[in-house]
Amino acid sequence: MQRFSEFMVGLIFGVGLILSGMTDPAKVIGFLDVFGQWDPSLALVMGGAIAVGMFSFALAKKRTVNFFGGAFHLPKNNHIDKRLIIGALLFGAGWGVAGYCPGPALVSMASGQTEAITFAAAMLVGMIVYELAQRTIHKPR
Amino acid sequence: MIDWAHFTPWASLSGGILIGVASALFILLHGRILGISGILGGLLPPSAGDATWRITFLLGLFSAPLAFNALAPAGFMQMPRIDASYTMLIVAGLMVGIGTRYGSGCTSGHGVCGLSRLSLRSLIATGTFMVAGFATVYIIRHIL
Repeated sequence: MQRFSEFMVGLIFGVGLILSGMTDPAKVIGFLDVFGQWDPSLALVMGGAIAVGMFSFALAKKRTVNFFGGAFHLPKNNHIDKRLIIGALLFGAGWGVAGYCPGPALVSMASGQTEAITFAAAMLVGMIVYELAQRTIHKPR
Repeated sequence: MIDWAHFTPWASLSGGILIGVASALFILLHGRILGISGILGGLLPPSAGDATWRITFLLGLFSAPLAFNALAPAGFMQMPRIDASYTMLIVAGLMVGIGTRYGSGCTSGHGVCGLSRLSLRSLIATGTFMVAGFATVYIIRHIL
């Protein structure tokens, strides 16, 4: 049941990404082009998602266990540090170049588009490079 | 100037609500933050006892195009319009992969879940990647 539920959450999330326009790089870049012909659609994606999300996180705060009886795994790190800023800058710049962020890249990869597969493969390589760099440069966090 | 010709308020709002519903179900049912870069990055490499939920979630995500094409009244998932060359796609993919792991999140984890739970850290991250995206598109579209 738990496995089926995780699968369904992934499915709903992915369908939401497609319906919203997030899987179309030209639409994403049209949204990021605030100084040109600006397409504000994707602001509504974030607005709609956060409106629903806020209720659920407020509800989660009042509970001690999740629906399946397990613990809540919430991030404990609240430091605003160089890692956060540099990582976000790098991500934002890459998002602006290709028009893909991780979720839409994976959904588009699954639909078999060659460009999306190329991007997603490079993204996976980037994540592996990060892991390897963490292990050689820093102690495990 | 607003590009009214490409403005899709209802589809984008409905899609956003579905994204919010999925994030809500994930935290309430499973106690997890729905952040794609974190879910995926946790599998590189997979660790015992912490891999199955990531894989079942991702299998659902991968099934979305099929489900959308079967359900959508308007027909098939729109063909993406991509301007970037293959070289740029690879460079951008590497940046997104490294950046999201280094900054501990992407549009879903920081942008949707982080803002929903009023995390200052996620607000700073989201503001930063949005501004970086605006600046990058400005440079590519209007300067280069």
